[in-house]
Formats: sequence, structure tokens, C-alpha cells
Amino acid sequence: MTEPIIAVRGLRKSYGDLTVLDGLDLDVERGQVVALLGPNGAGKTTTVRILATLLAADGGTATVAGHDVRTDPGAVRAAISLTGQYAAVDDLLTGEENLRLMARLSHLPADERRTRPARLLELFGLTDAARRPVKTYSGGMRRRLDLAASLLSRPQVLVLDEPTTGLDPRSRGDLWDVIRAVVAAGTTVLLTTQYLEEADQLADRVVVIDHGRVIAQGTPAQLKAGVGAAYVEVVTAAGTERIETDGSLDDVARILSGLDAREVESWQVRTPTLDDVFLTLTGRPADETADRAADDATPVLQETR
Amino acid sequence: MTALDLTPRVASSGPTTSDTLALVGRCLRRSTRQLDTLLLAVALPVMLLLMFVYVFGGAISAGMAHASYVDFVVPGIVLLTAGYGASSTAVDVANDITGGIMDRFRSMPIRSTGVVTGHVVASLARNALSTGLVIAVALLIGFDAGASFGGWVAALGLVALYVLAMTWIAVAIGISASGPEAASGFTFVILFVPYVSSAFVPVDSMPSVLESIARWNPVTPVADSVRALLLGHTPATSTVLAALAWCVGLLVVGRVSAGLLFRRAR
Ligand SMILES: Nc1ncnc2c1ncn2[C@@H]1O[C@H](COP(=O)(O)OP(=O)(O)OP(=O)(O)O)[C@@H](O)[C@H]1O
Ligand SMILES: [Mg+2]
Repeated sequence: MTEPIIAVRGLRKSYGDLTVLDGLDLDVERGQVVALLGPNGAGKTTTVRILATLLAADGGTATVAGHDVRTDPGAVRAAISLTGQYAAVDDLLTGEENLRLMARLSHLPADERRTRPARLLELFGLTDAARRPVKTYSGGMRRRLDLAASLLSRPQVLVLDEPTTGLDPRSRGDLWDVIRAVVAAGTTVLLTTQYLEEADQLADRVVVIDHGRVIAQGTPAQLKAGVGAAYVEVVTAAGTERIETDGSLDDVARILSGLDAREVESWQVRTPTLDDVFLTLTGRPADETADRAADDATPVLQETR
Repeated sequence: MTALDLTPRVASSGPTTSDTLALVGRCLRRSTRQLDTLLLAVALPVMLLLMFVYVFGGAISAGMAHASYVDFVVPGIVLLTAGYGASSTAVDVANDITGGIMDRFRSMPIRSTGVVTGHVVASLARNALSTGLVIAVALLIGFDAGASFGGWVAALGLVALYVLAMTWIAVAIGISASGPEAASGFTFVILFVPYVSSAFVPVDSMPSVLESIARWNPVTPVADSVRALLLGHTPATSTVLAALAWCVGLLVVGRVSAGLLFRRAR
């Protein structure tokens, strides 16, 4: 196998007494999409900022495209493009002016510097707003402009920190398509996400981190297989209970017949999601996604009264 | 239209001057988009000039040796304008740093100090504009500049040096500020510094405590030098040296601390 395009070994970072990264290891192969998954405060943004040369680690090593982020940050910056957790665009300039500026600072050849901004505005549905100052954009529009700016430079490694947070479902689906296209062209993508469905949709490999350490990794399918088969979720006044099942009608019928209809408020048969992986691994649901989890799970049979 | 090319490439490091020019262009554009700020930076000093000359002028000049108060006060207003205009750089820099765009610049294949250079150049340009307007209004209301061409060049050069020094101090404040609001507090401090100096009234007319503060206020030798130069007099060598020493000193302090703070802010 060729050398990984991102290689992180024993990365450490603390703020005072607070240990944020506690010996993090991470490998990303060229052309892969790797999702960093973790609850709030797990250290995702910190990892991304170190890889993007914005933050110095306290210990460990990290190389991107063969260059050490500490000793050769210039070469790392030439290979990557970052979309941070918060939109990094100039509010007073128009969308088009923002992209023109970034195109020039990315040192694109002159012809691409002229053509790409308009093409990317189009790709992200911002053509009509191109000549308006960014401060008049909605949150989702700013986010899309931010993502367009990251794709201007045709990076080898695209680093996206929660790229679809704040996007509506359609824009999110559109962005997924763009990411797939970028990957098909040979780009490596490292993304962090709160949406487990996103990791499921896009990632070749999911790396689950908690308290600044990798606690599990694998393909989405491998991770899901790790938490067992389908289960029946039963909600009673006493709480929620999960009963494992092989998913067959006979088995589900057997489980349901053992329940007391007067106590059960609702029940459903569910297949495990990455949320369950999360819950099993960290002992708590992924913050903010906890509510979504119920909607994302795939109900096989359900009844609610 | 051909498909959008997404093939990865490695960016070249590129010529630094072109990057810096692009970033200067960005800040000049931003200045034209902040018309309210720009207007305030111009209208405020013009209003102060009119107020000092027509409202306070009579009372102040009654006790003064100077022939006309306009002639006395114009350099003071010019320095007040310059200081105020420069200090708004602190807000711009703080905005960039807390707003996240600095992260993007820093992760690009450029020397990110160019971002700061952009703000500094834009500040000089804005100040050239507002200083020019203040002087134009002053000439209209009877400012009697007796300066030769050389005197004008020297006076404006000194004002530019003062602006540069104040701008770099503002950059350092902007980098260390917790946000644009905190940084804007600085603009008000700077606005008041010239009052306790020889900018508007002669220092020997002040109570003794204020007088000793005013004598040590960097604005005093700068205002005295600019005033003498604009009126066509020869300023005292010691005054000019003090003015230059203060400006260069503040410039070095601002420049060095901005550099250190910028590197540490990661
Ligand atoms: N500059 C800082 N000073 C002090 N603590 C910090 C600083 N930056 C981050 N932290 C702390 O480090 C921890 C990890 O932060 P990080 O932003 O990497 O989390 P995250 O996984 O990206 O979380 P989220 O999902 O909320 O974005 C948090 O507890 C955060 O409070
Ligand atoms: Mg984060």
C-alpha cells in the first residue's frame, strides 16, 4: 500500500489542565473519504486545525501529503484546502469578489482564475447572489460560498469541518454530490460531522473519537455490524427497552406477544444505525444528533398509539 | 461549457507581492463598502474643526499670542483625524481574526502577514483622503498656510509617519483584542489623546499637572512641528527630533508587538 496522504501519530494538545487530544492516531489513504465522528468537545476541530497548520500540537507528529505540519507548513498549505466550522468569508465583499480574491491567493493559473469563480458560484447555486455583499446572505448561502472557496484551488486534500451543519436537506444532498465528484476526480477528503447519516453516505472509513482518542474505526458497515443485529425498541412508562431480534416475522411476533399491551406506549423494530454505534461506544448519544437519531433509524414495523 | 475541472493540483507558492496587492485591494474595497465609517472619519474632524474655530475659537484665542486660532488648531485637527482614522484598523483586524477569515488566509499558500499589510495600506489611503479634506476645508475657512512646497512635504511626511505608527499600534491592539467591539474602544481612547497636548491649546495655558502630561504627550511635539512647518516657520530642531523619535518609537513598538502577537495567535 502507498504511504497514507494524512498520517497522524500520537497527537497531543492541552489547554491548561484540559487534555483535548490524548495521543490521537489517524491514517487517511489517498483518494479516501474519512469521517471523524465524535461528540461535542471530542477534539475534531482541534485535529483539523492542527492538520491545516493553524494550531501547533503539543506532541506527536502529523504529515499531510508527505510534509510535516510543524516543520513544513508551507508545503502542507499548498496541498490542502480547509473549510472551517464557521464560515470564513469577507462579509463586505460580494460572493464573486470573495472567490476572485481566493482564486488569486490560491495561485491558480490566469485562465482558471477568471473562469472558476463563476463556475463554482453556479455549482453552489449562488449565481443570482454573486454580486451581492455576503452580509446579505443567509447562513446556508454563506456556508455554500465558503465551500465553493475551498474547491477553487483544486486541493489534493480537502478538509471539511462540519460542512453541512446549517444547510437545508436539499443543499446537503447537493453538497454530498459535489463531494462525490471531487473524490471521483482523485481528491482525498477528511470531514468531521455531527450527522451520522452523512458519514454513512460519504465515508469509506469512519473514525470515532472521544476525549481526544480514537475509540473505534472501520467502514460504516463494519461499525454497525459491531453493535449487533436488529432490535425491538419498546417504550413504556418505565422507559425505553431494547430487545434483540434476528428481524424475522416469527421472532418479532414472539417478542411482541410477550409484551403487556396496556403498558406499551409505542414500539418499533429498528436496524442499528451509527447512532447506536455511538451510544454503545461512548455511552451517550452524539450530542445534537440525539433527536435526529430517532428519525434516521430505519423502522421496519412500527405502531404508535 | 466544459465540465468543472476538479483534478487535484499542488499550489505554487507564488510571488508575495501579487498576494499582498490582492490583499491591499481587498481592504481598499472594504473601505469603500463601509461608507458610514469612512464618512464619520471625515465628517467628525471637519465638524470638530468648525466647532473649534467658530464656537471655542473666540474664547480660546483671546488669551493666546497666535494671530488666528484657525492657524493654531488645524494641525491639531489633522492629527486627531489621523489618529482616529488609523485606530479603526484595530476593529478591522479584530474582525478578521475573530470572524474566521484569518483561518482561511492562514491555511492558504501565502504569507499571511500580507493580510495585515493590506489593512495598513488601506489605513494610509483612507487617512490621505480624510487629511486632504480637512486641509481643504481649513483653507476654505481662512487657514493661512505660509509653507513652501518643502514645508508641505515635510509636514505631510510627518503626519504620514504618525499615521503609520498609530496604525501599527492599532494592528497590535486589534490582534490582541477579544473582538471588534473591544477593539473599537481603542478608537475612542485615541480620539481623546490629542486633547491633552498642544494640539488645541498651548500647553502653558493648562493647569500644572495637565501641563506636564501634555509636555510628555507624543502628540505635542508632532503637533508643534506640523504647525510650524505648515505656517512656514522653522520648527525647533529639538521639537522635530522629539516628534520623529516618538513616531519611530511607536512604530517600532507597534510593528514588533503586532508581529509577535500575530505569530502567537494560533
Ligand atoms: N482555545 C481554547 N482554549 C481552551 N479550550 C479550548 C480551546 N479550543 C478548544 N478548547 C476545548 O477543547 C475541546 C475540544 O474542542 P474541539 O473544538 O476540538 O471539539 P469538537 O470535537 O470540534 O466539538 P464540536 O462538535 O462541538 O465542534 C473542547 O472542550 C473545547 O472547549
Ligand atoms: Mg468542532
